[in-house]
Amino acid sequence: MKSLRKYLDRIKPDFEPGGKFHAFQSVFDGFETFLFTPTTTSRSGVNIHDSLDSKRVMIIVVLALIPCLLFGMYNTGYQHWLAIGATSFPFWQLLGYGFLALLPRLIVSYVVGLGIEFVVAQWRKEEIQEGFLVSGILIPLICPIEIPLWMLAVATAFSVIFVKEVFGGTGYNIFNVALVTRAFLFFAYPSHMSGDKVFVATESICGLGEGNVVDGFSGATPLGQIAANVGDSLTLTGVTGEPLSYWDMFLGLIPGSVGETSTLCILIGAAILLITGIASWRIMFSVFAGGIIMGAIAHAFATPMYPASMLTPLEQVTLGGFAFAAVYMATDPVTASRTNPGKYIYGFLIGVIAVLIRTYNNGYPEGAMLAVLLMNSFAPLIDYTVVQSNIRRRLRRLKAKV
Amino acid sequence: MTKIVNIKKGLDISIRGAATPSAPMDVTPATCAIIPDDFPGITPKVDVKEGDEVVVGSSLFHDKAFPDIKVGSPVAGTVTAVVRGERRKLERIVITPGSSPSVSLDFEVSNIGDRTRAQQLLLDSGLWSWMRQRPYNIVPRPGVDPRDIFITGFDSSPLAPDYEMLLDGHQKELDAAISLLGKLTDGTIYVGIHEGSCLESLQGVEKVVVNGPHPSGNVGVQICNVKPVNKGETVWTMDALTLLRIGKLATTGKLDMSVTTALTGCEVTAPHYITTVIGADMKSVLKDAVNNDDIHHRIISGNVLTGIPVGEEGYLRFPYNQVTVIAEGDDFAEFMGWASLSPEKMSVNRSFPGHFFKRKFCPDARILGGRRAMIMSGVYEKVMPMDILTEYLIKAIIARDIDRMEQLGIYEVAPEDFALCEYVDPSKLELQKIVQEGLDYLRKELS
Repeated sequence: MKSLRKYLDRIKPDFEPGGKFHAFQSVFDGFETFLFTPTTTSRSGVNIHDSLDSKRVMIIVVLALIPCLLFGMYNTGYQHWLAIGATSFPFWQLLGYGFLALLPRLIVSYVVGLGIEFVVAQWRKEEIQEGFLVSGILIPLICPIEIPLWMLAVATAFSVIFVKEVFGGTGYNIFNVALVTRAFLFFAYPSHMSGDKVFVATESICGLGEGNVVDGFSGATPLGQIAANVGDSLTLTGVTGEPLSYWDMFLGLIPGSVGETSTLCILIGAAILLITGIASWRIMFSVFAGGIIMGAIAHAFATPMYPASMLTPLEQVTLGGFAFAAVYMATDPVTASRTNPGKYIYGFLIGVIAVLIRTYNNGYPEGAMLAVLLMNSFAPLIDYTVVQSNIRRRLRRLKAKV
Repeated sequence: MTKIVNIKKGLDISIRGAATPSAPMDVTPATCAIIPDDFPGITPKVDVKEGDEVVVGSSLFHDKAFPDIKVGSPVAGTVTAVVRGERRKLERIVITPGSSPSVSLDFEVSNIGDRTRAQQLLLDSGLWSWMRQRPYNIVPRPGVDPRDIFITGFDSSPLAPDYEMLLDGHQKELDAAISLLGKLTDGTIYVGIHEGSCLESLQGVEKVVVNGPHPSGNVGVQICNVKPVNKGETVWTMDALTLLRIGKLATTGKLDMSVTTALTGCEVTAPHYITTVIGADMKSVLKDAVNNDDIHHRIISGNVLTGIPVGEEGYLRFPYNQVTVIAEGDDFAEFMGWASLSPEKMSVNRSFPGHFFKRKFCPDARILGGRRAMIMSGVYEKVMPMDILTEYLIKAIIARDIDRMEQLGIYEVAPEDFALCEYVDPSKLELQKIVQEGLDYLRKELS
């Protein structure tokens, strides 16, 4: 460690203004503070600080996403093996296949997003902010596995520039960066974001998973099947037409966007976020509450006209991106409500609206994304009313005195 | 009936180096200094020049706007320096104690029957400038009758000195002080105490038992939970040690400017109490007390949350009753500190294993991160036991939006009330500085 520190100290002057690499000062600074805790000491106010900083906050969220990421890799392989009609499922090959399928997407998302962050940080002469560490892993996880890389790159760039940087960077954005990336893809390239072709990888990668797709294969996600359902009964099937058990849906061995299929892994992530206190339990709890209540209402008035109303409330929160959005998206502190009472309202409405959209608008089976984005725009309004009530309390006190 | 306030939000930061409660050692300072910045709201006009002989209570400087407000000398001796900084701003007045340093001016205390005389006694003695007023947290403006007077009877900040030890046995003086203060307000005198405190026997005051973690001892928190300050109202505040000082003046007619100070912190070899004089120089105060290791030290006059880093060449500063020495930390390379699972890392966050052990920490002065925008929400609320929306007030202050600041309760707060918020903030914002600037701005704009 000492020699690394010495090496950094030696090359540091090159990155300072006037040095030969001064155009990379922010990047150097980013790596230096990543490797060694900055030795800046407090200059005003408190003389000691808590050890928690935004690097740690972000890294905990990334950590909480790892179960979903690993399972997403495995499931990508598993769905492919199912699609080619395999009868045995070699664990490491499945995982390897998923890894190779997902890796380019992770790289594209990080290179594009962090690249823009580095440039903007240098341009503004600021430190590099860590926000994209989380967005960068979220983006591939909420997109279908077959999305073309260039689309991913375009959408990521759009989102980072127009949703985050123009507002001032991490901490100033109104909308969740990763979700806008997905929304951009959803509206710009709808044929690559829904349907039965995009959620299951069908090609072999590096010789892994060779074979042809079996007859009768359909890569439609459960929510996609529901949206297209006709008649009084509802049977959800896997890619080869086998009916899905509730257990499959909970474990996540179903087609879907990479990271969101496994409710189990999402719950592990939720536990990490809640135990460390990084995510707000108020939001998480009320999103699920809203979803279950709205699901129950919809289920009570189930009608074949809106096939999703035939789902039980529990299925509503297990299927699709609902749980993922509740745990990782709605809890993004920057775009959520910031006052404690506001968090309950914000979360509850996300849950309600997600199920509402998914149930009563067959065109948008993935209501969770739209619900979070919609509530992102209402979060300041919710906070406004909470702040206003604090102000009114103070005014009443003043009036009572006179 | 005694009122009881239970504070739930807050945080007792657990740091090593509390002073052992034993008889204080006497320390005679080589020099003493009074620093005008310690008396906010005063624009100093100097009354002495280098070479002047002064006794305890001789006016060193007075306020430009209210010449009655003055700050007196803490010792009898010779003025050896009147130090000015940029744009001739008065930085400090240094006095070298003479052969009998505790000789004081005599004050007439036999007939302090009415408000004018009581006020005049406090102004003449200089003890007036030891009080503060809300709004603005400045030395009170004479001519404004306070709605109430709030006195905090304990200090809840990290490693704070134990007031009980310092107040015990001074019942007569405390009673005299209360009767003097009683003449200054038509309202109530509130005293925030712990259960079983020696202040429980005070008469003529409304006692409030305050339970809970820091900042329960902050007078601002007590006001907010008892009877908040509204726009247009003024309350005066002080701590019980100032009350005792007023009491000594009222009973003897002399000023006692000695002070018992706790030497605390990880880098103090044997944390203990000393008795010295207001404004004593740090070299005398810390003689042989600091660990002799080769790391950088931060010498703080005050506690770790609100104290001022003064350095070895500095002086004991207001409120004079604590010195903390910790490691500076700028000479320490920590590899990937953000990923650390070391139990030595102090945090309120449960991702640090240290959080789960009931242990005492040795923090240094690093900010342990980089300054960011406000990212996390709800962190301030957990340690803010006042009905104040910290985040929104801070934003209003940064935006210099006076209406909004008023609406969100700027008149109720002082920078010290935000110290814990600043400590826990993962975005490492300088909240106390922001609040201080906001208060200064508001006072300038509204005067």
